[in-house]
Amino acid sequence: MRMKFREAVRDATLLAMERDPRVFLIGVGIIDPRAVWGTLSGALEKYGPDRVIEGPLSENALTGMCVGAATSGMRPLLIHHRMDFLLLTMDQIMNHAAKWAPMFGRQQTVPIVVRGVVGRGWGNGPQHTQSHHALFSHVPHMKCVVPTTPRDAKGLLLAALQEDEPVIYIEHRWFHEDEADVPETFYTTPIGQAAVVRTGRDVTLVGVGPMVAESLKAAHSLEQEGISAEVIDVRTLRPLDSATIIKSVAKTGRLVVSDSDWRPCGIAGEVVARVAEEILDSLKGRPVRVTWPDSAVPSSQAIEAVFYPGAKDIHAAAVTACDKTRASGSVESTVKPFEGPF
Amino acid sequence: MSQTLTQDVKRRLYYGMLLVRRTEERIQANYHLREMRSPPHLYMGHEAAAAGVCATLRPDDMVFPYYRSHGWYLAKGGDLDAMLGELFGRVTGCSRGWGGSMHLIDLGAGVYGTSAIVGGTVSHAAGIALTFHMTRRDSVAAVSFGDGATEEGVFHETLNFAALRNLPMVFVCENNLYATNTHIQYRQAQTEIWRHAERFGIPGRRLDGNDVVAVWQAAAEAVARARSGAGPSLLELETYRYFEHCGINEDLDLGYRTREELQAWRARDPLAMGRRLVSDAEAREMEAEIAARIDRAFERARSAPWPVADFQEAAR
Repeated sequence: MRMKFREAVRDATLLAMERDPRVFLIGVGIIDPRAVWGTLSGALEKYGPDRVIEGPLSENALTGMCVGAATSGMRPLLIHHRMDFLLLTMDQIMNHAAKWAPMFGRQQTVPIVVRGVVGRGWGNGPQHTQSHHALFSHVPHMKCVVPTTPRDAKGLLLAALQEDEPVIYIEHRWFHEDEADVPETFYTTPIGQAAVVRTGRDVTLVGVGPMVAESLKAAHSLEQEGISAEVIDVRTLRPLDSATIIKSVAKTGRLVVSDSDWRPCGIAGEVVARVAEEILDSLKGRPVRVTWPDSAVPSSQAIEAVFYPGAKDIHAAAVTACDKTRASGSVESTVKPFEGPF
Repeated sequence: MSQTLTQDVKRRLYYGMLLVRRTEERIQANYHLREMRSPPHLYMGHEAAAAGVCATLRPDDMVFPYYRSHGWYLAKGGDLDAMLGELFGRVTGCSRGWGGSMHLIDLGAGVYGTSAIVGGTVSHAAGIALTFHMTRRDSVAAVSFGDGATEEGVFHETLNFAALRNLPMVFVCENNLYATNTHIQYRQAQTEIWRHAERFGIPGRRLDGNDVVAVWQAAAEAVARARSGAGPSLLELETYRYFEHCGINEDLDLGYRTREELQAWRARDPLAMGRRLVSDAEAREMEAEIAARIDRAFERARSAPWPVADFQEAAR
């Protein structure tokens, strides 16, 4: 069935609630008439205020309540309109949710899914566009996923809601209007499994979130220059599927990792480190990272446009990785950008 | 539905306080042996709070102690052997050696895990109260915390949500005047903690936290209210900690509190005040039984095996 990304999120949410009475929704503004970009449309009407719980603007307490509910048999899905607000909840996520199983000798599981939306676009600026996936991927006893297709949006959310560890589900609004075929039935996308979304011989392009779409565009332009690029969507940042990446780089010998995040201590560096540790001898050239500039995200369209790296940068990086000196090809963005204001 | 102060309840109140006091005295006496390598936040001085509230609760009700956790753990019926095992870092510990003194747990007895972060489990209690509500159980969540926790945003966030949703909860603040070594007058603009309840339209009371019967009575009312679906209450129990914030010693040398203040509170010791609840013979019997339990718990902890590391892969 054709479904937009945001419709796939809704489909997964309603399906999970229907299949499992332990699943409930909680979050700030989730009974808003807009229903979180339509991703929760119909949930309140169908399940009522006991399973679609409007939260006061108390993100930390709501997260703690989810810890309490999850450790007593429920499966909360906590929703944030912006990932940035998760920073108000870091105590409960890192000190409590992630610690509760090990701290008490694994007597309890903590099945919480925290779903946060990244608000890139329309000048949303420094505090509405952060993804922070590296922060969450740093900490043991939790998981972090970043779907990039409608199919995985549904499959990863359904998988997350079956996990026994806290899962951070990072949703890029950038993808909300993307449409694709999505199975109507229940299925899961395995957490911890990357996807090879394009096969190639000469260079491996590993992408995180929106950079997967940019990598695919770059692969297309590279093809025209005679460079065959393989593209991997990591999909899950923790656990990170090293095996799929390493297998690909062992074949191509070249690696470009692009990440919608800052460079220091980030996922791009983590991918490069794992490849270097495992198969340094297979590398034919130095790996290249394509990441955000070392700056807060700006608002003005003039600087926002140059802030985000895209297919051109990945193309250039791949050329560098392949040690070829030809000029970058012309790459035009085909993604329809988010149009504001919210 | 009010509870009656039967002879059985009186025994339970005194026994609860005595068990906590004697266990901690033994921890204190043995601490120098360096077998218990875990930071103890001794509860001595507060005993009436835990014993008074826990005596109003059913086994299926859940308590949420904070890092000064020994009192509520024992008063709610937490396993003494498992507590000592945990302090000794043994695999027989209630958290299998992963938690230590600040992270006791006994889910079977209705003791939720405890957090070292101030205010950390206040919101967890609301989460379990939500579960009780969603699964149509009439159990109650009673959360304890110090005066310092009421300075944390999460306390007010949780109080609001619990009042908004009429959650089956009792908030129990043990106001011992100090957050570590800083007096409340340097920390709070208004120091009547119970008044925070007014803001959220729920019952709030301040009472003598060293009078175990007074605590029991107030808690019984609050628990009955919570169980009936009428919503949460806030109890502020005025009490005092005898020893240093963390550790086994007195700390008058630090100068943040006076000997006179300590002596004034010791003159109102909760066990001395509650001693009249049982006969001399009953008290002697309890002393002997508790001493034997503690002897056994220490012996078992000393001879228990160590945990074995079972780390998952270093990086996933």
